Parts: sequence; structure tokens; C-alpha cells
Amino acid sequence: MSNIGLGDGSQTVSLVVLTAMLIASAMGVVLLQNIVYAAFLLGACFISVAGLYLLLNADFVAAAQVLIYVGAVNILILFAIMLVNKRQDYQDVKYGALRSVVTGVVCLGLFALLGVTVTSTNWAVSPTIAKLPSTMVVIGQHFFSDYLLPFELASVLLLVALIGAIVLARRELLPDTVKVGQVDEDSLELLEKPKEQLVASK
Amino acid sequence: MSLEPFLIIAAALFCIGIYGLITSRNAVRVLMSVELMLNAVNLNLMAFSNYLDSASIRGQVFTIFVISIAAAEAAVGLAIVLSIYRSRDTVDMEQFNLLRW
Repeated sequence: MSNIGLGDGSQTVSLVVLTAMLIASAMGVVLLQNIVYAAFLLGACFISVAGLYLLLNADFVAAAQVLIYVGAVNILILFAIMLVNKRQDYQDVKYGALRSVVTGVVCLGLFALLGVTVTSTNWAVSPTIAKLPSTMVVIGQHFFSDYLLPFELASVLLLVALIGAIVLARRELLPDTVKVGQVDEDSLELLEKPKEQLVASK
Repeated sequence: MSLEPFLIIAAALFCIGIYGLITSRNAVRVLMSVELMLNAVNLNLMAFSNYLDSASIRGQVFTIFVISIAAAEAAVGLAIVLSIYRSRDTVDMEQFNLLRW
């Protein structure tokens, strides 16, 4: 039960609507052929999850979810799709349909196992939900008292990941004064150093 | 509204993410499925934080850490996919078979 100013019925309706949106978008992400549609439906998934966080009394985390996931991660995925957008039909793999069916069965089995575990455990649910004046204040107090070390480590990790992503994805561009072989004067491409092939590609 | 509906929704999202992770041919879709799984885990943490620990919302603190780690991992993963695309000219997961015996 959340402490937002909605009645009980409205909260249930919101939960049902958000769940339907979430499950439909998630199925679209994994099943649609067009990868751009899948990326946009992933954004819809993230927004539904933010709505579910609001139903769980988490205003700050819902805002952080929209900002970080929809605003940064989803845009990054869309740019990556733009850069690796090679329209090719995949060659059929042996037993492709059978593999999908078996995976589907295994995932359904896992969902059944998780569902049975969830419904058969006696969760020690507290009788009342504390009404905090501001979750952001409590989160801030945690970050600077008992969760200080993970907070600092997370900032170091973000720095390392940023530098690592730049190193992995950069191109070694040749400076302007060097002409390599036959350079087409009308070409608009940036000259790069030829990448050494690790293995002979087919 | 009680605890169990949220846990079941999170379990369903996690299983959809696993299905997408295993059956996708496109490497970017694999990373999108990993993001779905991370969101399922976050939803689980938030549900427990609200119904079991609502005074000191430690589940929400944990969720913020998971969100930031997931963003960093998405950046590095997509940089790797881009780098592979530059040298192999494909993003088909079936073609990335250098380590296969």
C-alpha cells in the first residue's frame, strides 16, 4: 500500500495498467524483428517501472529511473543501433525454432518456480508503512553514513567505465598532413590507421 | 495491494529478459535484455524495501547502486559491440564464434 494520495481502487487500477504496459513492452523488446521498435519499447518498459516505483512510495528513485534509464541508457542504445545498423538477413541456424521453443519452456518453468516460491513463503510484512517526509533525505543520510564506501566505489567505477568505453570505442585517426596510398579527393571519410586483424575474417 | 503481485511482476520481467538474452541474434538486443533483467531485480528490491523496511529504505539505496552500475555496464557493453562491429562487420551473435571449440 503506498502513501500517495490515491484511494485503494485507483492504486489497483494503476497497478494493472502499468503491469500490462510493462509486460507488453518487454515482450515486444525480445520478440520484434525491427531493433529500433524494440529499443523504443524498452523506453516504455523503463517508464512503466518508474510508475511502479511511484506506487511503492519511491519518488526519488522513480525520478532517477526516468532520468538515467530513459534519458541516458535508452538514448545510448539507440545511438549504438544507429552505428551498427547493417541491414542483413541472418543466415538460418540449425534447429533455430526448436531452440526458441526449448528456451521458452525453460523460462516458463523458471517463472513457475519463482511464482510458487513467492506465494508459498510467509513474508514478514510490516503492518504499517512508515510515512517518511522525504525519501531523498533518508537516502542521502544513508549515502553519507552507513553506505559511504559503496557510494565512493560507485563513483570510481563510473569513472573507470567511462574511460574504458572511450578506449574501446575510439578510432585512431590519421592527421591531415599524411596521405595514404590512393586517396580519393572527393571522399568524405576520415582516414584511419588500418586496424590489424586479429584473425583472418571470412 | 500487497507484496506478492510486485514480486510476481518482477519474476515475469526477469524470465522475459532471460528469454531475450538467450535467443537474440542481434548483440544490441542481448544488452537490452540484460537491462530488462536488471530492472526486474530493482523492482524486487523496491517491493521488499516498501513492505518490509519502510522506515529505513535500504532497498531504495541498493536500487540506486544497481541503476548506476547498470548504466556503466551498458556503456561498456555497447562500446564492445561497436568495436566488434568495426572489425567483423556484423552484429550477429552466431558469427562471434572464435572461442567455440
